Amino acid sequence: MTNQYDNVYINETATIVGPYEKKGPLNSYFDKGYDDLYFGSNTWEQAEVKLIEESVDILLSKAQKTKFDVDVQISGDLLNQLSASNYAAARIAIPFLGVYSACATSVEALIVGANMIEAGQAKSAVTSASSHNNGAEKQFRYPVEYGGPKPKTTTFTVTGAASAYLSYNKKGIRIESSTVGTVKDLGVKDVFHMGAVMAPAAADTIYKHLKNTKRKVDYYDLIVTGDLGIYGKRILKDYMSTEYGITLKNYDDTACMIYEEGNKEVYAGGSGPACAPLVTYSYIFDQMKKGKYKKILLIATGALHSPTMVNQKLSIPSVAHAIGLEVIE
Amino acid sequence: MEKNKYKDLVNRHTPKENILGNGVTAFLIGGFMGMLAEFFIEFYSYILRISSKEAATFMIVTFIFAGCLLTCLGFFDRWVGKAKCGLIIPITGFAHAMQSAALEYRKEGLVTGIGANMFKLAGSVIIYGVVSAYAFGLLRILLFGVQ
Repeated sequence: MTNQYDNVYINETATIVGPYEKKGPLNSYFDKGYDDLYFGSNTWEQAEVKLIEESVDILLSKAQKTKFDVDVQISGDLLNQLSASNYAAARIAIPFLGVYSACATSVEALIVGANMIEAGQAKSAVTSASSHNNGAEKQFRYPVEYGGPKPKTTTFTVTGAASAYLSYNKKGIRIESSTVGTVKDLGVKDVFHMGAVMAPAAADTIYKHLKNTKRKVDYYDLIVTGDLGIYGKRILKDYMSTEYGITLKNYDDTACMIYEEGNKEVYAGGSGPACAPLVTYSYIFDQMKKGKYKKILLIATGALHSPTMVNQKLSIPSVAHAIGLEVIE
Repeated sequence: MEKNKYKDLVNRHTPKENILGNGVTAFLIGGFMGMLAEFFIEFYSYILRISSKEAATFMIVTFIFAGCLLTCLGFFDRWVGKAKCGLIIPITGFAHAMQSAALEYRKEGLVTGIGANMFKLAGSVIIYGVVSAYAFGLLRILLFGVQ
């Protein structure tokens, strides 16, 4: 499903990151960074709650709004029952919708918000996405201090939260179009190779977006995927050309941008719901405002990984949602 | 694209893990751990004037303590990453697995947190350790009789 919008804008964004991202090359573009993974909280889960709360606080102050100006907040994260978003929403107290598409959550939230604003149901919306490295490790893999050896294709969950302020006021970056992705499952069971899990979903969404909007791949100055990582990026390029005959140019992946290239600590690059929006709202929006890119297509990719289903020997499905963003002329 | 074809495509872009290198690392570090264990056995039996069998128990306790302490201090996970399986397979790995799980769930209550999760990783080692000890013990009696 592809939609086009006339009157939806991302007026303001807020980004907040943890210590690993702070050491990365994009640090100067983020609004706030912490040196400690607890963020002054008692546990990692509570730290993630704090990340969302703070990102919304920063967002509202940057946009010079109060919570009473916002009609709806749409947010998601990786923790079971969307704990981080739900607990943050309890304090923020804006009418709340929780959404989940794993690492594609940020764009799902943007699509829901943009549709509401375009339809006139909401005047303004706040969308958020967060992830916490240790919180995710604890839930999906082994205890953090265990640190068992991992293969090179592993991705490293980003710690951070990113929020965006959407409204029909013509300011900031324009949301031009969106494509809701189809869930794909090509039989990959390797939980340490999420790039391979998600690449077909990304390819399918890019293909359908281009087909539905009748555009060529070079219509966009930059096509950027969420968190495929070094190897997933190569798989996507290969898959895209063999399956659809499309050669991806001007293409990058936020997983490969958020950390220093060749940093072995993060294996194949970043991942998590916060990865794509952190890079997009900070570095990419900055480059758009400076005129380097005019039109971009952001495809957030989510591996719909459930440890229970993987233990039952099922493969991992994935989904990718796309959103077209433009500089206001 | 069919699943098999996609699998080939993925394999083309997936880096090979250095199995030989990892194996050699694990062999050398695991061997070094064995040497260290021998040293402790000799050391305890000499200092405390006890039999090697008793000294072995002392050695295991020392290793478990060191594994737990280093896990708590936050070093062990980094060493495990470098040593590959050289530190996980010996008793230090067992202690580390339990300690790391205990640390992870320490804020979720003594019973519902630490108690329920401490054996999350190490539990299967105990279960299959006991089962296989029983099976092989039985096999030994059947083959060689009671000694």
